[in-house]
Order: sequence, then structure tokens, then C-alpha cells
Amino acid sequence: MATLLEIKNIETFYRLIYALRGVSLSVEENTITAVLGNNGAGKSTILKTVMGLLDDQPDKGTIEFMGRRIDGKDPEVIVRMGLSYVPEGREVFDELTVKENLLMGAYIRRDRAGIKADFEKIYVYFPILKQRESQWAGTLSGGEQQMLAIGRALMNGPKLLFLDEPSLGLSPLLVKEIFKIIVEISKRGVTLLLVEQNARMALSISHVGLILENGRFVMKGKSSDLMQDKDVQEFYMGVRSEESAKGFQRWKRKKRWR
Amino acid sequence: MFLQLLLSGIAFGSLYALIALAMVIIYKTSEVPNFGQGEMAMLSTFVAFMLLDTYGHSFFVSFLGALVFAALLGVFLEFVFLRRAKDPNILSLILITLGFEMILYGVASWKWGADQRDLSFPVSDFDLVNIGPAVISYLNLATLLVALVLMVLLFLFFRYTKVGIAMKATQQNPMAARINGIRVNRILSVTWAMSSTIGAMAGMLLAPVATLDPNLMLEPLLKGFASAVLGGMTTLVGAALGGYMLGIIENLFGGYVSLEFKSIVAFGIIVLVLCFRPSGLFAKHYVRKV
Ligand SMILES: Nc1ncnc2c1ncn2[C@@H]1O[C@H](COP(=O)(O)OP(=O)(O)O)[C@@H](O)[C@H]1O
Ligand SMILES: [Mg+2]
Repeated sequence: MATLLEIKNIETFYRLIYALRGVSLSVEENTITAVLGNNGAGKSTILKTVMGLLDDQPDKGTIEFMGRRIDGKDPEVIVRMGLSYVPEGREVFDELTVKENLLMGAYIRRDRAGIKADFEKIYVYFPILKQRESQWAGTLSGGEQQMLAIGRALMNGPKLLFLDEPSLGLSPLLVKEIFKIIVEISKRGVTLLLVEQNARMALSISHVGLILENGRFVMKGKSSDLMQDKDVQEFYMGVRSEESAKGFQRWKRKKRWR
Repeated sequence: MFLQLLLSGIAFGSLYALIALAMVIIYKTSEVPNFGQGEMAMLSTFVAFMLLDTYGHSFFVSFLGALVFAALLGVFLEFVFLRRAKDPNILSLILITLGFEMILYGVASWKWGADQRDLSFPVSDFDLVNIGPAVISYLNLATLLVALVLMVLLFLFFRYTKVGIAMKATQQNPMAARINGIRVNRILSVTWAMSSTIGAMAGMLLAPVATLDPNLMLEPLLKGFASAVLGGMTTLVGAALGGYMLGIIENLFGGYVSLEFKSIVAFGIIVLVLCFRPSGLFAKHYVRKV
């Protein structure tokens, strides 16, 4: 298995806020990697840093994608290398139609036949988008916007796809549907890095899981193992247990997750 | 009489519409009303004059040359001044565009002085066409048609071309545009080039009826701005309609109420819109998420 993405010890600041405190992560080809963590842990910051969306960041550390350094590069360049990003909160183009949104996903491509085929593929994944084709994206429901955001990123033709909390604000039924399609996308040869608060869902479909707290990874393992872990169960999946393990004493218990 | 006033109102309105379009295109992308717009157009018009009069080129060449100059001027101003502003707020951006205004005015005054000149236009302002009971000069008719064609082209551009849609995408969500590979800086350059070119068109259509001096665009700019405000500042169609409306209202006011105070109509409209529809100016302002 080849390593697609290799993040080594990156540190990221928002002015004086020390958001990532030495994060390392490698993503293997054809896997789903899940990053879990509390609100404010720094999950989105990892993705934004790698995508080159934060000016002059990472402050320290290196990022390699398919063997080439990408830290310090602009998102416009990074997406052309085959790394795509579905941002938290969907960020569709509100006043463009669904079709135009997808067309913007294909902005960097010239292969007409491939673009056409991908359009069809996305309409198979998400038939509702076909129905809404000429509607403004801003008029879609949250779930439909999430589908559109994923579809738009797939139109980039990525090797590796970042998904930032695709389940955010969706009904349990829709979450299931989206995750089913995420698995489908992965099977079609797109490697995935999934950021989630919905630990149960994320661990159930991923191969590797990592847990982020205060800008550092505190745990890493096979997803199936993490699912069995008492502390992960208690702190991330809302399962009550009698005693809490020593390593997790310093974790402040916060809002319980679904 | 009414029809006559209406008709020439529409002809003038199409000039205001062009200026309003030029302003709105920039406003939507750079989020600043460009008060340098008028002087950019004025300077471009002087370039046409220079090519035509001083260098003796054909009208066609001079006209095209001026448009190219306008495009480059737009790109230059955005690149050199606006892009340098780090974390700009709206006030500092407005100040920068006022800076353009003063610099370009200064350049034109220094180069061409305060003399009034004639931009000889191949279409006559004196030969008239009858439209029903009203008449319109060839020049006004040409203005009307050029503006109309330009608007249709703009509409098609934003509707059907990849770059046009990418411009809208960038206006709506720059971050999302970037992660899809749209080079936002390039879009900004295209925006300023387009806007400046449209403004120059307006300038060159206006110069033959007005007199070509550095003050050429002072009043038209105010009126174009009023039209844009009237139209809500964020829609191209609104800006165009605003231009026609202002042209007509102003002309009717001049014909039936008072010719002397015709010019204050535009100002009155800005004030009225801001009083009664204060949201007008920022009606569809996109909230940017950080
Ligand atoms: N634009 C920003 N400016 C300042 N601080 C920020 C900004 N974005 C995020 N942060 C801070 O960085 C930390 C990590 O945020 P984030 O990566 O969004 O967390 P998560 O995605 O895990 O919820 C938080 O403490 C947050 O307050
Ligand atoms: Mg987040």
C-alpha cells in the first residue's frame, strides 16, 4: 500500500491561538481514515492547513501528497494535484444552479468525455441532484446541499478526498444514506480522510481512526479496535461504563455525543 | 412631447446603465463601490481621442485601442493598489478608489489640460431618425443599440461561459471557488478589465454629446452610481434597469418640472433609496464565513 498523504509534525496558529500542536498523520491509498474529536479540537484546522487555506501555515512541519511537498502551496494548485475538500458547512455556491455548481467542480478539467461520465456517476449516487439540476443550490435542503458539496468535490476528479463533518445537522436517516455513498465512493478508488463528531458512524466505515484533542492526537488504531475500546465508547459514543481508565482522567467531560 | 422625452431619456439612461453595470461588476467581486470608475473611463476616452487626433488612426483602431487601454488600466489598478491592501475594510477600499479618482484626474489634467475638445465620432448627433412622432439622433440610436448589445453579451457571458460562471462563483464564495481550482486573483483581474472596458464604452459614447475634458465623467458617474443604488447594487439586471429608470425620470423631470434642477434628480434618488430602502445598497450582500 502506498502512502498518499504524509503529514509530519505540523503546527498551526490563528494569530496567537495555537491550534495544532504537532500533528502527524499518514493516509494510505484506498483506505478510509477517520479523525474524531471534540468540538474545537482542531479537526477542521488540519484539513484547512493541508489544503493551503490558512495563509503562512503550517508554521512548522511538512506535508507531502503523493511524494511531493504541498505545504505553502495554494489551494488552487493543490486541488489540481488530486486532493479535494468538502468543507464543513457545505459551502455550495448559493446562487448558482445545482448543475453550475457541479460544473465549477469540473473547472480544472479539460476532458469533456470524463466530465460527462462523472456527471452521470454523481447523478447515480445522488438522484435527487438530477431532479434539482436547474434549481439554485441555496434553495436545497441541508442534506441535498451536503450531497451537492460531495458531488462538486468528486467532479474535481480527486485521488484523495477530505470530508469535514458530512453528517453535521442531518437527520439520522440522511446520515445513513450519506455514509452508504461515502463507502461506495471509497470502493470506486477514491481515498478518504473523514473528519467526524459522529464517532459511531465514522468508525463503522473507516479502517483507521485517530482521536484529536487540543490540537494533538491522543489515540490511534484500527477502527474496529477503537470501537471496542471502553474509553472511546464512553467519551465518544455515549456508552456509560463504571470506571474510567487512567489515561483519560485529564479529559474534561463535555457534551455527550450522539 | 412625452414620447420624445421618454426616448431621449432611454438614450441617456443606457449610458447610465453602462456605468452602473461597470460599478456593479466590481462591487460584486471586490465589494467596493469604485469611485475611480468615471476617471478610468475619462482617461480611456482621452486615449481614443489621442489615437484619433494626434496619431491619425482610424476611428475603429482608436476605439479598439482605447478599450484595450481601459482593460489594462483596470487590471493595473486592481493589481497594484487594491491587492496590496491586507485585510482591508470597506472604508480603506473606498479611500483607495477615491485615490484612483484623484490620480487619474490629475494625469488627464496634466496631459490634456482643461481645454474642451471634440471627439469626432463617425455617427452624427445632428441627423435625426423618426420614430413615430418622436425623433432621435443617429448618435443616440447608436448609443442605445451599443448598450443593448453589450448587455446581451454580458448576460450570455455570465449565463453560459465557464469563466462567467466562475466569476459569479467567486463573488458568492471565494473560499469554495479556490478549493475548486478557480484562481481568484485572475478572476479579479478579469473583473476589473471588464468593468473598465464597459466604463470606457460609456465614456466614448458620451464624449461626442458632451465635451471632452477631464470633467467628462464627474456627473455621469454620480448618475451611474445612483442607478446602481436604485437597482440594489448587486444585480446586473437591476443596475441596467436602474440606469434606464434614472434616464427617463430625469428627462421627464427636466421636461415637465424644471430644467435647472434636472441634475439633482440623481442625488435625490440616492437619498430617497437610502432613506426608504436602506437595505437597497447591501440588499443581497453575501455573508462571508471565515
Ligand atoms: N478563524 C479562526 N480564528 C481563530 N481561531 C480559530 C479559527 N478557526 C478555529 N479557531 C480555533 O482553533 C481551534 C480548532 O478549531 P477547529 O479546527 O475548527 O476545530 P474542530 O473542527 O475540531 O471543531 C478552536 O479552538 C477554534 O476556536
Ligand atoms: Mg470543524
